[in-house]
Amino acid sequence: MKLFFRYMSMHFRSQMQYRASFWMITFGNVLVPFAAFAGVYFLFGRFGSLQGWTLYEAALCFGVIHMAYSLSDCFARGFDTFAELVAGGDFDRLLVRPRGTVVQVLGSKIDFTRFGHMLQAAIVLGWAASRLPAEWTLAKAFTLAHMVAGGTLIFTGVMMLAATMCFWTIEGLEIANIVIDGGREMTQYPLHIYHRAVMIVCTFVIPFGCVSYWPLLYVLGKTDGNAALYMMMPLAGALFFVFSLLVWRLGVRRYRSTGS
Amino acid sequence: MNAYLSVWRLRFVTGLQYRAAAWAGIATQCSFGFIFIMVYAAFYRNSAVKPPMSLDEVVSYIWLQQAFFGLIALWFRDHDLFRLIVSGNIAYELCRPCGLYSFWFAKLTGTRLSRTVLRCVPLLIIAVVLPQPYRLIPPPSATSLVLFVTSLAIGMLLVVALSMLIHISVFWTLSPAGSVLLFGITGEFLAGMVVPVPMMPLWLQRMVEWLPFRWTVDFPFRVYSGHIPPGEAATGILVQLIWLALLVVAGHWCMRRAMRRVVVQGG
Repeated sequence: MKLFFRYMSMHFRSQMQYRASFWMITFGNVLVPFAAFAGVYFLFGRFGSLQGWTLYEAALCFGVIHMAYSLSDCFARGFDTFAELVAGGDFDRLLVRPRGTVVQVLGSKIDFTRFGHMLQAAIVLGWAASRLPAEWTLAKAFTLAHMVAGGTLIFTGVMMLAATMCFWTIEGLEIANIVIDGGREMTQYPLHIYHRAVMIVCTFVIPFGCVSYWPLLYVLGKTDGNAALYMMMPLAGALFFVFSLLVWRLGVRRYRSTGS
Repeated sequence: MNAYLSVWRLRFVTGLQYRAAAWAGIATQCSFGFIFIMVYAAFYRNSAVKPPMSLDEVVSYIWLQQAFFGLIALWFRDHDLFRLIVSGNIAYELCRPCGLYSFWFAKLTGTRLSRTVLRCVPLLIIAVVLPQPYRLIPPPSATSLVLFVTSLAIGMLLVVALSMLIHISVFWTLSPAGSVLLFGITGEFLAGMVVPVPMMPLWLQRMVEWLPFRWTVDFPFRVYSGHIPPGEAATGILVQLIWLALLVVAGHWCMRRAMRRVVVQGG
């Protein structure tokens, strides 16, 4: 953990060397999700509601998913560029160091300009939360934080799984982008608007729904029944992460250097 | 003219080599198309108000947008050209016996076309055979189709003219990342890449009317579905041509300014 913070401060200082460019890109990173959110906002302006969900409820969903995405985008992008590490044979160097591979890959790239995205997500979350008629309790706030954490673990897990595939294919895979970007686009809206099959995949295969839609039902007071069950849903994110970690271990064990 | 044509062809043929990337692109574009359509379908399902476009028109808008993504996406840029400017290799380009603006224009057009040709055909075939409500329905008349193809072609030239301005701006900024990002995102939003222009609120629509961006994306795709009737489309194409002329002249002018004060970086 200490090592990870060392990596963090190192990356932060190196990125701060190009101050003007850093702020420009950070600002750009506010604008990207801002444009996406403006789209959602305008659509709600046109249609009023989305199958029983109001703008503020959907915005909460949007905020949670984008918060989780930007967190993993900031801290776990090392897995995204992992293909280069394997193809170049540089992964060997990581293996001979007396530290875990995961923390080293994580530390190989931390992009602080993603704070822009986080900031935008935080603003949307705060705005939606303050406009909602529902009463805020400690349990609900806890669930919300829990959801963001679970979501971050899922996005990171998907990146890890994609990186693990590099051990077999040497190249990066586009499918990871479909799952990550597509998953983000899809789950920024409540899941019940989609086809049943999408709902099942997003709950049981890649548990995006467990960190956004299902617990949100509880937060928004749309459920009756066992609240604790809904509150615990985001744990599926941790479960998914553990699974990815195991697959990663498996991949590392059968890694053979490209030799160059 | 021959030189420009051959550099265009060179780029085109090079681009055709990346087949694996094209398949991956098709898969991505296809899944995004599905997601967007599902979202719109949900909005339409129990909407209290009458929306400004029918669902079929939105569906065809989305599929065309996905199919011709490489053709009309503003953010797409040529890193080689940036590298030329930043590294100083621009000196070689200046030695060539042809105008830099037209040369780059041809290059960019070639890259865009080759990226799209490989992707659009499979994607359109998939979109046409899908079940309702995901199916891409044919345009209402042959006139609409002809007008669509024309407006799409001019729209692409417009996008290239706009992106030429981005490329030229690097002569001043030397760092493409920030400014390109800002210009690209704003331009795409105003072009109707995120939501079609009729879905925007009125105040924004009025603003968009006065900018060139909507003529690159929103206009051709709505001509296809007949949401913009043929008569209106013909005048629209005229507006497109005027914008194109303006932007090319502006681009030439900026390029000349840039050339006068160009500093070749490095050795």
